[in-house]
Amino acid sequence: MARYIRHACAFCALLLAALLVNAARVQVVQSGVYDDSPANRRGAIARYGQPRGDILVGDQPVTGSVDTGEQLRFERSYKDGPLYAPVTGFASQSYGTTFLEHAGDGVLSGTDPMLSPLPLWSGVTRGRGRVGNVVTTLNPGAQQAAYRGLAGRKGAVAAIEPATGRILALVSSPSYDPGQLSGNGEAVASAWARLNHDPEKPMLNRAVRQTYPPGSTFKVVTAAAALDAGVITDLDAPTDSPDPYRLPGTTTRLTNEGDGCGDASLRSAFEWSCNTVFAKLGVDVGAKDMTATAAAFGFNDAGLRIPFSVAPSTFDTHVDRAQLALSSIGQYNTRATPLQMAMVSAAVANGGQLRTPYLVERTTRTSGVTLAGSGAHPLRQVMSPSTAARLKELMTDVVREGTGRRAAIRGALVGGKTGTAQHGVGNSGAPYAWFVSWAQPDDQPQSQVAVAVVVEDASANRGEISGGGVAAPIAQGVMRAVLGL
Amino acid sequence: MTKAGTTVAAAHARAPVVRLPRRRGIELALIVLAVLLSVYGYCAVGIARTGTVPPGAAGYGAGLGVLALLAHVVVRIRAPYADPLFLPIAVLLNGLGLVLIYRLDLETPHNQAAPAQLVWSTLGFGLFIAVVLVLRDHRVLQRYSYVWVASALGLLALPILFPAVNGARIWLRLAGFSIQPGEFAKVLLAVFFAAYLAANRNALAYTGRRLWLLQFPTGRVLGPIVTIWLLSVGVLVLERDLGTSLLFFGLFVVLLYVATGRTGWIAVGLVLAVLGAVAVGRFEPHVNQRIEDWLHPFRTIEAGQGPNQLSQSLFAFAAGGVLGTGLGLGHSILIGFAAKSDFILATAGEELGLTGLAAIFLLYALLVERGYRAGRALREPFGRLLAVGLASLLALQVFVIAGGVTGLIPLTGMAMPFLAQGGSSVVTNWVIVALLIRVSDSARSQYDGQEAA
Repeated sequence: MARYIRHACAFCALLLAALLVNAARVQVVQSGVYDDSPANRRGAIARYGQPRGDILVGDQPVTGSVDTGEQLRFERSYKDGPLYAPVTGFASQSYGTTFLEHAGDGVLSGTDPMLSPLPLWSGVTRGRGRVGNVVTTLNPGAQQAAYRGLAGRKGAVAAIEPATGRILALVSSPSYDPGQLSGNGEAVASAWARLNHDPEKPMLNRAVRQTYPPGSTFKVVTAAAALDAGVITDLDAPTDSPDPYRLPGTTTRLTNEGDGCGDASLRSAFEWSCNTVFAKLGVDVGAKDMTATAAAFGFNDAGLRIPFSVAPSTFDTHVDRAQLALSSIGQYNTRATPLQMAMVSAAVANGGQLRTPYLVERTTRTSGVTLAGSGAHPLRQVMSPSTAARLKELMTDVVREGTGRRAAIRGALVGGKTGTAQHGVGNSGAPYAWFVSWAQPDDQPQSQVAVAVVVEDASANRGEISGGGVAAPIAQGVMRAVLGL
Repeated sequence: MTKAGTTVAAAHARAPVVRLPRRRGIELALIVLAVLLSVYGYCAVGIARTGTVPPGAAGYGAGLGVLALLAHVVVRIRAPYADPLFLPIAVLLNGLGLVLIYRLDLETPHNQAAPAQLVWSTLGFGLFIAVVLVLRDHRVLQRYSYVWVASALGLLALPILFPAVNGARIWLRLAGFSIQPGEFAKVLLAVFFAAYLAANRNALAYTGRRLWLLQFPTGRVLGPIVTIWLLSVGVLVLERDLGTSLLFFGLFVVLLYVATGRTGWIAVGLVLAVLGAVAVGRFEPHVNQRIEDWLHPFRTIEAGQGPNQLSQSLFAFAAGGVLGTGLGLGHSILIGFAAKSDFILATAGEELGLTGLAAIFLLYALLVERGYRAGRALREPFGRLLAVGLASLLALQVFVIAGGVTGLIPLTGMAMPFLAQGGSSVVTNWVIVALLIRVSDSARSQYDGQEAA
């Protein structure tokens, strides 16, 4: 019997060996596969086990972390959530991250290798390092002025510092509180459903993710192309343009809102926003040069990151002459984000040079020590300095005595351009009111701010919608906030 | 020649009496170590979770220490030759189980299991002491074998009268307590199998007809035991407790093999087991699901329903890696409602790692091996079969549950001996250890005081 007991014992040893081999398979050989399974919550638990780093505006955090005591312990909180939503985006346990929360996630959640005390250390420990902060370029005063100016109407504002490309304001309205999406409960799910089904689209970032027909504000681009190409040499010379203007190859007649556009000089055509003059100018410049100038301003660039991606603004490159004429006054397939139009204005204000816009000044440790600065942002010569100087003159005239008078600021030189873009089938939609501008304090050699404002207010009286009436005061408020005037 | 003769005579004249070492001191030292390790684990959990030593640490250590020392004193007096490893291993496993349950309790404030487990463990120690004190000779058990089998069948049948819990009808709920009578029944059945096979092993091995390669015993001998075995398995299938029916089957085959030495029984057993498993797996939805889960652990994830318990368990083991996350720092509570019972090994795997898991397996292996060793050392068949049966019970149970939660074999809900939450289980396992102590004491004391050859 003793022999059989030994056999039975050997059988148990075999069972033990099978258990050990299998445990080694699960815990060592296959552990990577199991760890990376999207259904494994451990990654999320570790991620939310520590407070997230903060996004700073003007040295003050606009975000925070709330300890919920739940399994996913820390939830994101926001100060002035709706005001900064187009910049911060949301950081949700259920729905992921967007905008700066997404672009800066490595630093904010502590996974960025730069945060580890020693190189490669985090790779060895597989643990999470300390979190860091993201410092934005935003000017809180400008941001608030823009948000207040829009006052809940549908629209957006983008403001840039022309010399550097720092984004000073980025506002979209109507907005929402990203804090509603932070957690993972039922309230978050219903908020998500409500925000996604809201016809007002509060989560749409109209400043960088929505393109609009730029209308007359695009005439800045057309004028730059005409001056650079030498089609116009004298701002005050008659342009030999008929009123109404028959679009080349068609019987369609293009008209103007006001009188006095026939053969108008570039100066007065710009001041009074003559469609006929600029449509013909675009055709005279030609598709090639128009496209080149538009591209230099940033149109048709799908690669712009600030650091989150910006919807590409478009200037159609395959057009006949009639389409070119319409494209040149900001209609047909010409579309622009508010940020793009702020870049147009900034390039004019900065002597023809355009700095790529950016939103993150630097990333830091929570102690404030800088991890990475914004670095040198690419500089592009959009037009000759003389063209820029003449455009500045034209834009100044618009504010001084043209359609943009409501943007004027005492103590500063302000240039602008209004736009009223038609859209919809047969222009049935309420027009978009545009205003692009820049401002230079009287005692400074350089422009301090370039702004683009768009208001798409469907409820307003159609006759009253004009860039000058609706959008210019908002731009003025933003510029005053930046200049401190 | 005379010289040689005198040498032999002299050797006979001295004829030293063999004094076997009793090794109670070693047992005491190991028990102290086991209690200290448990208290250390308890403190480690508290420090990991709250940064302080848990307030109950002293009480926990004192309680476990006093119970273990009492058990030791009783063994020292009543079973002085017993193997010194049984008691320390059982204390360590029970202490570690309490630590793990306490640790999981921290995640479920509304469902505290550790206090109840402590009460049951105390009861287990009590029964252990009672068995060692009252049962002077294990052979007494052989006399009442039909009492044991009748009680076993009665206990097994009882839960049919009570409502099913989580798909299995194996619980008795009385006055807030829930008891699994099947747990007690398995010891009783092991005793009965040992008694019956010991009495009839010659008949089983050498009578009856020879069919092909197998020597079949007569129906008179084989009939009763097969009937009882079929009855118990049938009841368990009715109650959907397939883990326990598998356990009984394995126990039966192992004992039959050890009693008769016929490899053919193992072959027959395996064929029957495969046939039964296929039949049950195909036609029983509850089991079918378990088998599907085993073959495709991530089935529910791919179907978008989230991870099931088995995939959560695999995640937990994987998260532990080689060294583990440390006590209190894992997330095995994600497994859900059975985390403290069926899946407690996953917590050990995650927080103690492969290293800790291997250590736990080796503790069980040592317990089993010592049981077998006691069986081999005995001279009478009942004691041998009893020791082998009890050790096999532990081994099979550990294999079935550990293999289930690590995805080696289909999952069957069973309790990890001593570790898992579950009163009946803890109490039963203490009785098993008490019986093993009794048997090993007999095995070694029979040599004591004999003259060396």
